Amino acid sequence: MEPDARMTLADAFTPHTFVDAFRFIPEHGHLLLVKTGEHLELSFAALGIGILLALPLGLWLGHRHRGLFLALSVSSVGRALPSVVLIAFGITVLGVGFWNNTAALVVLAVPPILTNTYFGVAGVDADAVEAARGMGLTERQILLRIELPLGLSLVIAGIRIAAVFVIATATIAAIAGGGGLGEIIVNPASYGLAGVVAASLCVSALALLTAAALSLVHRAASRRPAPTA
Amino acid sequence: MTPLLGAGPVIPDFGSGSSCEQTNGWFCTDWLSAHWGDTLQPALVQHVELSLIAVAAGFAIAAVLAIAGFRWHLVDAPVGAVADFLYTIPSLALFQLLVPFTGLTETTVEIALVSYTLLVLYRNMVEGLRGVPDDVLESARGMGLTRLQTFVRVELPLAAPTVLAGLRIATVSTISIATVAAFVVPKGLGEPIFIALDQNLFKTEILAAGGLAVALALAADGLLVLAQRAITPWSRTPA
Repeated sequence: MEPDARMTLADAFTPHTFVDAFRFIPEHGHLLLVKTGEHLELSFAALGIGILLALPLGLWLGHRHRGLFLALSVSSVGRALPSVVLIAFGITVLGVGFWNNTAALVVLAVPPILTNTYFGVAGVDADAVEAARGMGLTERQILLRIELPLGLSLVIAGIRIAAVFVIATATIAAIAGGGGLGEIIVNPASYGLAGVVAASLCVSALALLTAAALSLVHRAASRRPAPTA
Repeated sequence: MTPLLGAGPVIPDFGSGSSCEQTNGWFCTDWLSAHWGDTLQPALVQHVELSLIAVAAGFAIAAVLAIAGFRWHLVDAPVGAVADFLYTIPSLALFQLLVPFTGLTETTVEIALVSYTLLVLYRNMVEGLRGVPDDVLESARGMGLTRLQTFVRVELPLAAPTVLAGLRIATVSTISIATVAAFVVPKGLGEPIFIALDQNLFKTEILAAGGLAVALALAADGLLVLAQRAITPWSRTPA
């Protein structure tokens, strides 16, 4: 938002804006639907690529019990990197556009998935792994049949954290022309205050629904009985 | 690279600036020395203020809730659910949703920042208190300690490492989210970034303010690690 625009809007916000926002949603249903679609597209592209990168690496490092330092530092650096800074760096270094924003969001998605996968796999009871090895399972079988199922709960918790981060930051990506619901939020001049609040409600609902869905998966994965090794 | 025409007149002044500023170089040290005092340093100080207030308020609120949640199990689930709900709302959206009620003020910023600290602080406090082994509590009772003495002398010190670990995460996250505050009030390190984005992407300012935000978060984390070692010398948690 331009500093000047922010100043002139100061008096215009009232609790009544909320009522207007609820009117805005049915009146501009199509716009919100399109923007929600863009938002999901950007978020899922980043989350998907993040999982593709971080999950195998986390599984491998966790299985080998190597890279503890990497797993720990990647998550503290990831947390210390503000989303606004990440998006601004992205614009500066990569430029504006869908894939450039996706790249910036992937940077955010990787740390929680990598760290949680690492600790999920590395934290599996060493006796269980040793027993499996004694039974003649290959390393690959140990990873996929013992360590991954036992650590799955943490892995999914990591994906949930990453999904919430990515959806939140995809909103901020609108300052880099990322489209999505953030575009309405950072542009009160075009969509009005009711639009800003309506889009904020939509993006909140999106994040909450995604988190709830992943919580259900998490619960199902935690309840799953450990495989008999 | 062509000179950037039509850039805003205040910061940076491409027209009268150095050649580095006129060509929007990657890192103009002359701009940094000229504008540290009027741009970066105030933003850094504001950023520290915004974050400190939020973490302190969040810690106090979480502590009250955690003691209640620890004592009465019935309270625990709803408080955890509300904290998780608040944490899940995207930061930019939460700021905007508060504006109709509290306006474009620092109050709006602090309410949002505090609500993001609650989940991790509350969870870690309750988990830390619950983690105290039963036989330890039994021996405390056997030694004749009252309920309050047990809490202050046994449960709190044993919960401290988990609480401090939560404080580290909350502090770093707050410093990080405080950059979003510039959408609401012209304060903190987000502000120079937004100005630079408006000024034809003035790279030096984006990199400097962004770098300061990351450095501040890492420095705060480091300080808390030191504090953790001083307060709980018996526990060694990995960095």
